[in-house]
Amino acid sequence: MRFGIVVFPGSNCDHDAYHVARHVLGQDAVFLWHKDRDLQRSDAIILPGGFSYGDYLRCGAIARLSPIMEEVVAFANKGGPVLGICNGFQILTEVGLLPGALMRNRSLKFICEPARLRVERSQALFTRKYQAGELIRLPVAHAEGAYFIDREGLARLEGEGRIVVRYVDERGEASPEGNPNGAVSNIAGICSERGNVVGMMPHPERASEAVLGGVDGRRIFEALS
Amino acid sequence: MNARVYVTLKRGVLDPQGKAVARSLGALGFGEVEDVRLGKLIELRLEGKDPAAAKARLEEMCKRLLANTVIEDYRIEIG
Repeated sequence: MRFGIVVFPGSNCDHDAYHVARHVLGQDAVFLWHKDRDLQRSDAIILPGGFSYGDYLRCGAIARLSPIMEEVVAFANKGGPVLGICNGFQILTEVGLLPGALMRNRSLKFICEPARLRVERSQALFTRKYQAGELIRLPVAHAEGAYFIDREGLARLEGEGRIVVRYVDERGEASPEGNPNGAVSNIAGICSERGNVVGMMPHPERASEAVLGGVDGRRIFEALS
Repeated sequence: MNARVYVTLKRGVLDPQGKAVARSLGALGFGEVEDVRLGKLIELRLEGKDPAAAKARLEEMCKRLLANTVIEDYRIEIG
């Protein structure tokens, strides 16, 4: 299968995602320039982390207007798998493929650390190789990662099984102590109604090889194979 | 024609920057400060002379790009 990895000016996790797809998984992978409109017959699209357009105006606000995004939205609406990581998650909310928004961390600090996470029972395509309730560790690296959604929207996400991963404490509980950034309901990742579009702040591509300290993220990329 | 758009976080959405500034003002002795909300000021220069038409276009700009209405409110001033 072929992963298409979108490259915006300011993307900086694009090569990491490419490396995991190509060298760790042994799958085909191509870079998709943001000004192009051709998804090059990709089977799955990754919107990587970074600082697209320097985070001008709001994180992801300018990137979502790139020509390639029209194609990504059409692909997603046809049921194509789309994974947005970190800045990619911000872009998915800005373009309207996922609800809510990512806000400044409550601490106002850039957080760069391993995060404890719980994989929730959800519709998400990309976590189907995990057990519901499984505890994993993935790195987070963001300043604007506090997921926000209003009460109605949260109830809807919960009711529809669209919360994909939550930040948890040492006991595996989604407590205030386990919440690194102030996200509503400890949410670290969500998915679309059909489950084919997933956005998450943690970086699975940085936890896909033992040499980098863990492989808890690898199954996200293996979900489609 | 000149226009200004003010974008602020909605009431009810926590503004950690505003809180930090409020605390700092308190530490400097400005004890009367009860709350601070931070926002953005966007200045625009527009073609045309019809403020009503400009207002309608600016509303559109706010909804489509300048503000994220999930978390932000906006206010438009013309002239």
